[in-house]
Amino acid sequence: MAVNYQIDYLKQLEYESIYIIREALSQFTKTALLFSGGKDSITVLHLLRKAFWPAKVNIPLLHIDTGHNFPETIEFRDRIVEKLGLTLIVKKVQDTINAGKAREEKGLNPSRNAIQSITLLDAIQELDLDACFGGARRDEEKSRAKERFFSHRDEFGQWDPKNQRPELWNLLNGRKNKGENFRIFPLSNWTELDVWNYIKSENIEVPSLYYAHERNVFNMNGVLYAVGEFMQPTANCLVENKKVRFRTIGDMSCTGAVLSEADNNDRVIEEIASSTITERGTRVDDQKSDASMEERKKQGYF
Amino acid sequence: MSHFEKKHLVTASGYYQEKELLRFSTIGSVDDGKSTLIGRLLYETNSIADDQMLALEKASINSGSDYLNLALLTDGLTAEREQGITIDVAYRYFETKKRKFIIADCPGHVQYTRNMITGTSGVNTAVILVDARKGLQEQTLRHAFLSSLVQIKHLVLCVNKMDLVDFREDLFDNIKNEFYKYLSRLDIADVQCIPISALNGDNVISRSNNMSWYQGVTLLYALENINLFSDPNLVDCRFPIQKVVRPLSEDYYDYRGYSGRVESGVLRVGDEVVVLPSGFSSKIKSIDSFDGQLEEAFYPMCVNVSIEDALDISRGDMLVKPNNRATVSQDVDLMICWLHKEPFDPKRKYLIKHTTREVQCLVKEAGYKINVNTLHREQISDQNPIKMNDIGRVQIRTNTPLLHDSYKKNKNTGCLIMIDEFTHETIGAGLIL
Repeated sequence: MAVNYQIDYLKQLEYESIYIIREALSQFTKTALLFSGGKDSITVLHLLRKAFWPAKVNIPLLHIDTGHNFPETIEFRDRIVEKLGLTLIVKKVQDTINAGKAREEKGLNPSRNAIQSITLLDAIQELDLDACFGGARRDEEKSRAKERFFSHRDEFGQWDPKNQRPELWNLLNGRKNKGENFRIFPLSNWTELDVWNYIKSENIEVPSLYYAHERNVFNMNGVLYAVGEFMQPTANCLVENKKVRFRTIGDMSCTGAVLSEADNNDRVIEEIASSTITERGTRVDDQKSDASMEERKKQGYF
Repeated sequence: MSHFEKKHLVTASGYYQEKELLRFSTIGSVDDGKSTLIGRLLYETNSIADDQMLALEKASINSGSDYLNLALLTDGLTAEREQGITIDVAYRYFETKKRKFIIADCPGHVQYTRNMITGTSGVNTAVILVDARKGLQEQTLRHAFLSSLVQIKHLVLCVNKMDLVDFREDLFDNIKNEFYKYLSRLDIADVQCIPISALNGDNVISRSNNMSWYQGVTLLYALENINLFSDPNLVDCRFPIQKVVRPLSEDYYDYRGYSGRVESGVLRVGDEVVVLPSGFSSKIKSIDSFDGQLEEAFYPMCVNVSIEDALDISRGDMLVKPNNRATVSQDVDLMICWLHKEPFDPKRKYLIKHTTREVQCLVKEAGYKINVNTLHREQISDQNPIKMNDIGRVQIRTNTPLLHDSYKKNKNTGCLIMIDEFTHETIGAGLIL
């Protein structure tokens, strides 16, 4: 029996998230988890298991596949789907390009980060989803600081940040008109450090990319890229073998590595706590302009 | 360009340790120095990273400001930056060795009441700022009134910019005394007043050398030590059913449980319970979760409860104790805060979301409006309707009963939102009387 009735903050965050997930499962008819194989969507998956228990997670994972993934992410994705007996739906950005609905960026190492929103919105429509769970957090990026738990999207899949529904107490309003849908963000109040403390305390498995390992990397415009099928150094870039890890996992073409010795959860937590840059600081896609995340989010981005 | 240097690092160790969580709102008018105060709290607790600081300096220069504009940290939207105003409640996070903090920062000008009610609805502590040069303003009193309305338990009044009034004790005392006098008309038990300078850091994190006459605590110390033990309602057991769980799997073939969050009180295995609104009674057989069986559960725990008898129970029903039931009624008296630009219309039907229930309502009587500046009552009429940011008293009748308590007794079962049945937007906030 509890000695007193105070609950530790991490447990409070967990309960808040489970409550939000259960509200969404009750209010919407067809939902999916947007699953990238990154630590945040893995954490949401873990919380979904708790919210569904003792039933199994019976909503599909939806992966918008840019084709520029780290092989480790795909291997991890397939393994966890197999292990937990989940349904995985993969929608490929390449198919969107082939259908003439999106155009590849020009130049060396093109990024598919922006055009994946088109694939995502098509998938939402095709699968007739009325809500998608995502792992976005308010502390990640300034335009996300004002996101709601239940984030409304109009019939074009657009986010209108100036016109959001107020969210009071824990009363979540998922009502909508035909064609509209919602993004559900159960981790809104979590920070990067909270996620890692939770991964550690719940013993959640995440891709090996998050821990320090040796890898061939090259420095281009101050970003440390991993050499891979979709990421080739230009002639004057020096490829070096370094001990690195990734703080976020996006496409190989827009995710930078950090030099690190952190090869387990404790050391990762220690590293983040003493880090002087944010995790999005390693993301090229966020640095195109001061409002790049907001612009992409309005277009339907994650 | 920065006014700040990290004088007193109170960074968390990083290693996970059990901590309490304090959610608080910061409230103040445009030039009271609220952003500077938040900036200082974040900066000195090591919660602003270097790349954020760089981006902030860049953005400050772009916006034509010759000092570090900390408002740009929270004003993330392009429209906010362009217009130099904060549109929406912003959330910020920091932690110290002792506690984890979530700040709901309520913007100062447009749609003030709406934003303040939204930002304070989920917290139990509010920090109100006033400018020492100006003293208590009409809006300070409005902030205090609204804090009392949403049942803020702990209030900290920060008298800011003490450096600009030569750190005068008599000025601070006047403001403090006047504030306490006003509070006697309101309902907030725990109040502290702190003289600070957010810009220079006096009494924010560390004690000021400029105000030796002040014997009280710093703001951070106050936030770290506010007593949270008595805040949750542990008396009135309320368990609204969120979901009925019937896995029908091999392992749990006969399992029938009810998912929900204990909104107040304590639920124990073996307890006699009554199901509302049906009135049938049973006993709690087990309290389960992914992490194992529990003997008891309380706010804000999300659990699955199973009971001894097979009863017809669905989402929106509520488990309570036989001798302590929520009110079951279709006629409900409310204070409402209107959130939408289209005024409240007593002739319309509205949707209501209350606990896990959704009902329709008609307006039986539109009573009066409260002028939040004078606290005087005004008659509601076609010419003087309840408009956006207004607070009014109304009586509604719902198509099916609400299972409720008064907001004052039990926040979680006394709050509701009103929804437009056509646009589905959230247009009103209700506090049950």
